Formats: sequence, C-alpha cells, structure tokens
Amino acid sequence: MDEILEILEKDARLTPKEIAAMLSLDEKEIEKKIAAYEEQGIILGYKTVINKELLGVAHDKVRALIEVKVVPEKDVGFDNIAKRIYFFDEVKSCFLVSGDYDLLLIVEGDDIHTVAGFVAEKLSPMENVRGTRTHFLLKKYKEDGIVLIGKDDVKRMPISY
Amino acid sequence: MSDRVSKLIASLAPSGIREFFELVLGMPDVLSLGVGEPDFSTPWHISEKAIYGLERGYTSYTSNKGMIELRRAITTKISRDFGIEYDPHSQVLITVGVSEAMDLAMRAILNPGERVLIIRPCYVSYEPLVRMAGGEPVFLDLASDTDFKATPEMIEDILKSNSPVKAVIFNYPSNPTGVSYLKAELEEIARLFNDFGVLVISDEIYDELTYDFSHTPYLALENSKPDNLIYLNGFSKAYAMTGWRIGYAIGPSDIIGVMTKIHQYSILCAPIMSQMAALEAVENSGPDVSSMRKEYKRRRNFIVAELNRLGLKTRLPEGAFYTYTDISSSGMDSMSFARSLLEKEKVAVVPGTAFSPNGSRYIRISYSSSMEKLRQAVMRIEAFLTDLR
Repeated sequence: MDEILEILEKDARLTPKEIAAMLSLDEKEIEKKIAAYEEQGIILGYKTVINKELLGVAHDKVRALIEVKVVPEKDVGFDNIAKRIYFFDEVKSCFLVSGDYDLLLIVEGDDIHTVAGFVAEKLSPMENVRGTRTHFLLKKYKEDGIVLIGKDDVKRMPISY
Repeated sequence: MSDRVSKLIASLAPSGIREFFELVLGMPDVLSLGVGEPDFSTPWHISEKAIYGLERGYTSYTSNKGMIELRRAITTKISRDFGIEYDPHSQVLITVGVSEAMDLAMRAILNPGERVLIIRPCYVSYEPLVRMAGGEPVFLDLASDTDFKATPEMIEDILKSNSPVKAVIFNYPSNPTGVSYLKAELEEIARLFNDFGVLVISDEIYDELTYDFSHTPYLALENSKPDNLIYLNGFSKAYAMTGWRIGYAIGPSDIIGVMTKIHQYSILCAPIMSQMAALEAVENSGPDVSSMRKEYKRRRNFIVAELNRLGLKTRLPEGAFYTYTDISSSGMDSMSFARSLLEKEKVAVVPGTAFSPNGSRYIRISYSSSMEKLRQAVMRIEAFLTDLR
C-alpha cells in the first residue's frame, strides 16, 4: 500500500504538508495523490474513532453479529442476495465467509427489540435466506486494531538516556 | 566529601544534568522529547512467552552465561544473516542490558592507566565505566564540520598522539547524534583500528533502527578481526524491551571468559523470564521490527524538516531515534534552553552537555513519540522561539 494511505489510515488529521515532510516529498504532489485517491474511491472518507464503550449507557446502541445461511443464485452467486441485505440501514457490515454459514452481518438497532424485529420481519422472511443465528454483542474489547479500554496511561519515564 | 565513600566514584557524577532530570520528573504533563526508549510496548507475543514461562514454573537461575537456547539463537541469526560463525558455548554472554556488557568489557580488559578511546558526543556511561575500571579515557570530539562523523584521519591522529590506546568504544548508530556509517566508511575505520592493534568494543544497540541503508555490523566487516572485537547488542531498542534488561556480548573466548567471571560474581545470571522473552524476540520477530523502523523514519523526516524550518539547524540522522539539534540561533546555551523550554512550554529535551562537554550548542531530541505528540511539540517549540525574539 502507498505510504500516504498507510499514514492517513493511522491519522487522517495529518495535513499534506506534514505528510510531505514525513516522506520527504513535495506538498503539491501529496495533495494531487490524495485527490486522485478520493476521486477513485480508494479514500472514501475521514472519520473520528469514538470509544463508545466509554460514552455510557445513554448513547449505547445494540449491536448483533448475525450469521445468515442463504441459497446462492445461478450466475451471480451470493452477490444479489447480499445486496438485498446490506442495503438495509440497520446492516453496518456484511461479509461473505467460508464455513457453516454464508454471510456474516453486523446489525445495529436502538434496542434489542429493534434488532430482533429486523431479523424476524425483514431478514428471515427473504426467499433465499435459509436460516439465521443472532449473537448480541455484550462488550467490545478491541475493534479494528484499537483496544477500547480508554486512554493508555504513560508508562515511560519522561526523560532517560 | 566524607571518607565513607569511594573517592573515585565521588569524583564522577555530572551534577547539572541530574538536577535538570529531577526538574522534569517533578513536573506533571510534560511533553517529553527526552525519552531514550521506544514508545511502543513490547510486542505481545514476546510478553506472552514470558508469562507462559512463569506459568510453567521457569523461575530459577540459568547458566551464568545465559540460557544456551538464547545464546544459540543469537549465533544462529548472525550465521544466517552474515555467514559468520561464533561458538554459543564460549563466545557469547547474556547480560543485563548492553550497559552491563559495557561495564564487564571495561573491567575485563583494563589494567590501571590503560587508555580507551571514546568518541564524543556519546552515551553517558562510557567515560564513567572506563574510569571505574581504572582506565584512562582519551577523547575524540566530533563536531558539525564532519557532520559528527569520525573520519579515518581524525582517528589516525588521535591514536598516534595517544599511543598506546588499548581499546576503543565505537557506537553506531549513535546516541545522541543518530550518526551511522556506510560499510565502506566502516572498512576504512576498521583498517586503522587494526593498524594500531586496538581492541574494538562495538555498541550496536540501535542497529535495527537504520533508515536509509542497511546496517553493517562491525563483525561482518572484511577488515574486522574477530580476535580484536567485542560486539555488544541487545533487545531494548529493536524489540521495545527496555525494561526487560537483556543484552549480550560476543567476542573472543578469553575475554568472554573473563567477563563471565565478573558477571558470575556480581549478577549471577540475567533473569530467566527476560531471557525467555528475548528468545521469542530473536526467533519470531520479523514484521514488528520493520514496521517500527518505517514509522520512525517518517517521524524522523517530519521532525528534522520542522526543526530546520524553525531555524534550529538539524542534520538528518541515519539511525537511532534522536536528532542532535543546534540551538545556538536562540542565543542560549543548551542547559538554559532546555530549562526555559521546560518551564515555559513544558517540553523536555536533553541538553547536549549530557553527552559531551562541548555540547552546549546542542540538544538531543527524541522522536520516539507519536506523530500527534511530535506535532504538538513542534508547535510549542515554535511558540517558545517566537517569544524569545
């Protein structure tokens, strides 16, 4: 992966000027490349990582991992049925996986009833869906490489040789 | 000074720096660029191995020289990477960090009054260790005119005018300057050390943190003489294992034997749990090291560009995670600069006088901090300098 992308993936707030310094390249060149990545849809957006575990119950939404067994279709395989599922706003992530089931979804709702309702009324009745299994998330420890235990305290001495 | 303590030891200790350190330690919320260790935690697979060892009851002494498995893993790696063979039984000693290894090396080779060449600016322990071992340091002081690099001419001059010099402490990449050398430059320097029959103690603790070319260890030089070399390295910097305190010495069996004798009486052995962690590090650590190196390189480029932009002349260091930055444009000496920067902007740096009596134009800046912190530090230094003008 291009180093510009590696850098932005870690810290999207770095400016083209700073990235240029980090890579000993020209600022204009960095700007051009970032614009191209945005144009091509390689960079899709910039967002803030919020540790919702620390925000408290009031802001909590309910998330569930849902395993879905589906019947693939001729010529298009799983793509059509996946699309019909992932276009629902409730579906935050959708993966085709190997193993006992086919699609793995991450579904979010205001409470347990909303998610249950989505499964019972929207997902399960679909023609190609043969079965589902829902796992409600109880606690998040780590997500996308980030450990969600709050700000890491400094363990190093502030000064040493 | 009372008679209760050794006159020799009492005469050492640089006091000014100690005071400054106390000041930093006593101040909360300091943004520190004074740190001499990685800002990563030890990779988890390494820590986990030590925990597993404890669970299985590995809590005993090991052989004085260290676990044979660890010694063998080290010699195997050197053999694989550089095609050079060392005997793990007689030529390797596991120590409590390179610091201990350096102390042992000095005590093992020096008789009273024998001379050791120290190239300054350098790590703070070299001179005291030579003196405590009864040796006489001879200094080669580097300056910006040679980019803080030792040249063969300088080395020849100093060895000639101080003959006989028994040993040299050679450190690259350097703490505090970050200077390192290309293979061709090292070959020239090694040839001179050979001509003068000098024993080389090569401290290469920062070897994995070399950014623009690959590090050539002294032991892999064509001009290196295995019988005249004590190679020191460790796990602290490359594997983010400073607190584990594991280093090692590789050298001729007679010297390693004598070092082992001292180690046996004063330390007995390095802690077994740390040795087990080190074994995991040396056997299974490829990607950790290379991603760390990449990250440091970006930070280096950033901080050097920014410091120069602020008018603080800084050369691009080849390795380690330090810049040796000229602050003379501020009109202050390094100690007042460091104190004032700490008091006004809560940014900690190490004054160059910690590393050389000629260091009053310089500060050491460690870029072993996140980009976010470095960026903040640059803003604060900029504010500090603007205030001065």
